[in-house]
Amino acid sequence: MTTLLIGIFLLSLLVITAIAIVRATDLFSAVMLSGIFSLLMALNFFLLDAADVALTEAAVGAGVATVLLLAGLRLTPSTEAKGRSLRALSIGIIAAVALLMIYASFGQPSLGDPLAPAQQHVAPWYIEKTPELVDIPNIVTAVLASFRGYDTLGEVFVVLTAGIGVMFLLGGGRGKPFSRLDSKVEEGLSRHLIPKVMARLLVPFILLFALFVQFHGEYSPGGGFQAGAIFVAGIILFSLVRGERLTLAVIPPRVLLWMSAGGALLYGSVGLAGIAMGGNFLEYSVLADDPVLGQHIGIIVIELGVGLTVTGVLLSIFHAFAARD
Amino acid sequence: MNLADHLPALQVALPLLTAPLVILLRTGFLAWLAALLASLVSLGLALLLTAAVLETGTQHYAVGGWAPPFGIALTVDGLSALVLLLITGASSLALAGGRQSLRLDIDNRRAPMFYGAWLIAMAGLCGIAVAGDAFNVFVFMEISSLATYILIAAGRDRRALSAVFKYLIIGTIGATFYLIGVGFIYMMTGTLNFADMALRLNDVIETRPIIIAAGFITIGLALKAAIFPLHIWLPRAYTYAPNAVTVFIAACSTKVSIYILLRFNYAVFHGNLLGHSDLFAVFIIPLALSGILLASAIAIYQVNLKKMLAFSSVAQIGYIALAAGLASQAGLVAALLHMFNHALAKGTLFLCVVAFVLTSRSATIANLHGIGRRMPWTMAAFVLAALSLVGVPGTAGFISKWYLVTAVMEVPGWGVPLVVAIIASSLMAVVYVWKFVEVAYYGKAPGDDTAAMEVALPLRALIWVAALSNVYFGLFPQLPLALAQSGTSTLLGGLN
Amino acid sequence: MKLLGLFNYWVFAVLLMIGLAALISRQNLVKKIMALAIFQSAVFLFFITMSKIENGTAPIIQAGVDNQVFSNPLPQVLILTAIVVGISTTALGLAIAVRLYEEYGTIEDNEILAMDRKP
Repeated sequence: MTTLLIGIFLLSLLVITAIAIVRATDLFSAVMLSGIFSLLMALNFFLLDAADVALTEAAVGAGVATVLLLAGLRLTPSTEAKGRSLRALSIGIIAAVALLMIYASFGQPSLGDPLAPAQQHVAPWYIEKTPELVDIPNIVTAVLASFRGYDTLGEVFVVLTAGIGVMFLLGGGRGKPFSRLDSKVEEGLSRHLIPKVMARLLVPFILLFALFVQFHGEYSPGGGFQAGAIFVAGIILFSLVRGERLTLAVIPPRVLLWMSAGGALLYGSVGLAGIAMGGNFLEYSVLADDPVLGQHIGIIVIELGVGLTVTGVLLSIFHAFAARD
Repeated sequence: MNLADHLPALQVALPLLTAPLVILLRTGFLAWLAALLASLVSLGLALLLTAAVLETGTQHYAVGGWAPPFGIALTVDGLSALVLLLITGASSLALAGGRQSLRLDIDNRRAPMFYGAWLIAMAGLCGIAVAGDAFNVFVFMEISSLATYILIAAGRDRRALSAVFKYLIIGTIGATFYLIGVGFIYMMTGTLNFADMALRLNDVIETRPIIIAAGFITIGLALKAAIFPLHIWLPRAYTYAPNAVTVFIAACSTKVSIYILLRFNYAVFHGNLLGHSDLFAVFIIPLALSGILLASAIAIYQVNLKKMLAFSSVAQIGYIALAAGLASQAGLVAALLHMFNHALAKGTLFLCVVAFVLTSRSATIANLHGIGRRMPWTMAAFVLAALSLVGVPGTAGFISKWYLVTAVMEVPGWGVPLVVAIIASSLMAVVYVWKFVEVAYYGKAPGDDTAAMEVALPLRALIWVAALSNVYFGLFPQLPLALAQSGTSTLLGGLN
Repeated sequence: MKLLGLFNYWVFAVLLMIGLAALISRQNLVKKIMALAIFQSAVFLFFITMSKIENGTAPIIQAGVDNQVFSNPLPQVLILTAIVVGISTTALGLAIAVRLYEEYGTIEDNEILAMDRKP
């Protein structure tokens, strides 16, 4: 009951924040509010037992999305002209749809109902069979990486496509755009003592935490995607303090491109290895004599592929935005 | 297990995994070549799959070795095979014919990214066509959409960017609506697999959420399929995209959304929701009719050839939606046939536009006066494909229009007015096509230049292959007809 | 109690419509991208609400603990994928918005439209 009430409180905050985002005419405030929105959302997910999703929403919604929006706002005006007010027809349609959905909700199973159809058919099978077939504690990872590994392959390619798109549109990938990027943010914040010291202290731990999330994802919330996002956060913090140029010297764009493509290829080749060894596409059980061991190998390798692609793509995107003037 | 059993997975995996290799290449030519080869191999795989479907029926594949509904299933039936042929065929045609045009549109440094996105778009569309899982469809829909946005944004005109932003917003709304619908269905059935869904929906007593789900899915996919009046993103996106990209997407991308719309409405909802097909018909037929009539009328007034053909596409999507909305055996066969035949005609027409723009640097009709005398070969192919678009006997377009009219005549009470609408729209097609053909043959060329300026022989040959296929499938429609009939019987399987 | 249990779904509906209304009424492209994110987040909430089971816990098996009730892992997996899709769309949308600003000098949709109409 307490959880339910806390949930209702958080959800109300969520709605208020959403309205505030829409109404804010200063886009910087809107970005900050979006970050808060994502954190509130993550808290809600946590209350609803979705630890993995909460971690991802916090890393992606509050972290990566905020950085991206700020990078975008650096290149575009940061105040919004007055929006058009909604026409009566649009308001009518929108209100009607909302009411319709609320009406439909009375036919839906209530929150937490263990007898709801969604909890019956496929889901219990995953919970029951994971220890036997995949044998890793985190069932979410088991479903993500193995039972529905094909979706996750698709997810990696969505990320890669976004990377390709940003590099295509804003230049990047190789050559000119990145080399144009000197002088301006050369020193970053390194003249300021406090950020410099803080970053020195934090960056190694962030990177270490990312590696933990990457390789401990079978046992606790996390996995390649979250790890990639956290790793990128660490690198971006480094580049804020020490300047773009040094960061690019540490990880050159060409390497980022290879990471992005290599991770996706690594994932795909695990799939093809399944075919080569007599199984189906993305069947990990055939990768070793013991099917469960095969599952473990498959999951570790594809999570590595996910982590590589996500890190490569997010950093390329960040650099592509930063390199633009 | 031999390799042939893996065809459904390879159909997606092959182009998808070639894409990361392509973006690592250093020159535009190599990237183009790799993309073309991957596309041709995919076409080969699609042909093999088609043969397998016609021989042994629906192909099933369990990705990861996990049996559905726990794992993700791939299913390829006649309808999927038809759509796969369209996707891979259109991609190969556009890549092969578009080399010269794409080289002008995209600078060499960025070309590997572009061709990588192309392959991902194609693989994403193939992924939708083979998917047997509702959420998997969403994932591949997003892959193909994001990649398609990149392809369109490559257009040289800055209006390509504003068009693609609008497309991105509307496309994402459409996909999110679809996802909401899938969520409602999952909530009430506990499954994501199409076949399993159809079975378990039977037992759902409370149908309010399911009706909401049907609404969200239908509207979301209608947005992506550009069914009138949800088509607002389409004309500008088609017009300002690079010409070769238009050949590709005009031939297949909206069709894939229609494909999934049909799959959901017939294979999943039709047998389970009382009166669903009536509701679907009431929703879709008026929209389809207004699309057929209004979009054709708007096409007449266009001054840009690409935009004219784009509005014509909206009208043709209307035909497909109309036929599908009839909810009858004959109607579905007509819809599927028209998907195939319209793709043939539009692909050819847009390929001719590629050639026109290569020589005269503009797609504005005013700048194309006299083009018919200066490029007789290309123009003749254009006329041939345009005849198929109008539906003249002897061309592929006639076959599907014939099936459409037959199906419409079965509708009690409404048969005659519907036929009148179809004929009126066909006459309007004659008008807009004639408007261009007239100035192309009889118009005065700018600067009175009448020197011949045909495009290079390979492109001309390709254009003619495409144009003649319109005639071939008009005289021998057995292959698309067989696929359409087999697709219809699986779609209506829920009924029997 | 039954009504309180549906509160999450109402918030889902309201957030969805706030996002949609903002998408229609706001002209600023960056704002549209943020609205799109709200719109998608609403769907995440919808799915995750579905996965919750009363007295359940996150679906991670702990050694030595028996008879645990786990919340449904499947919607969580779906939403992990959907979050990634969402951020990818945001990134691509922002890149297009930046390019639009470079070409048109504005990121207000109506001004861009006005410039497009002029030949």
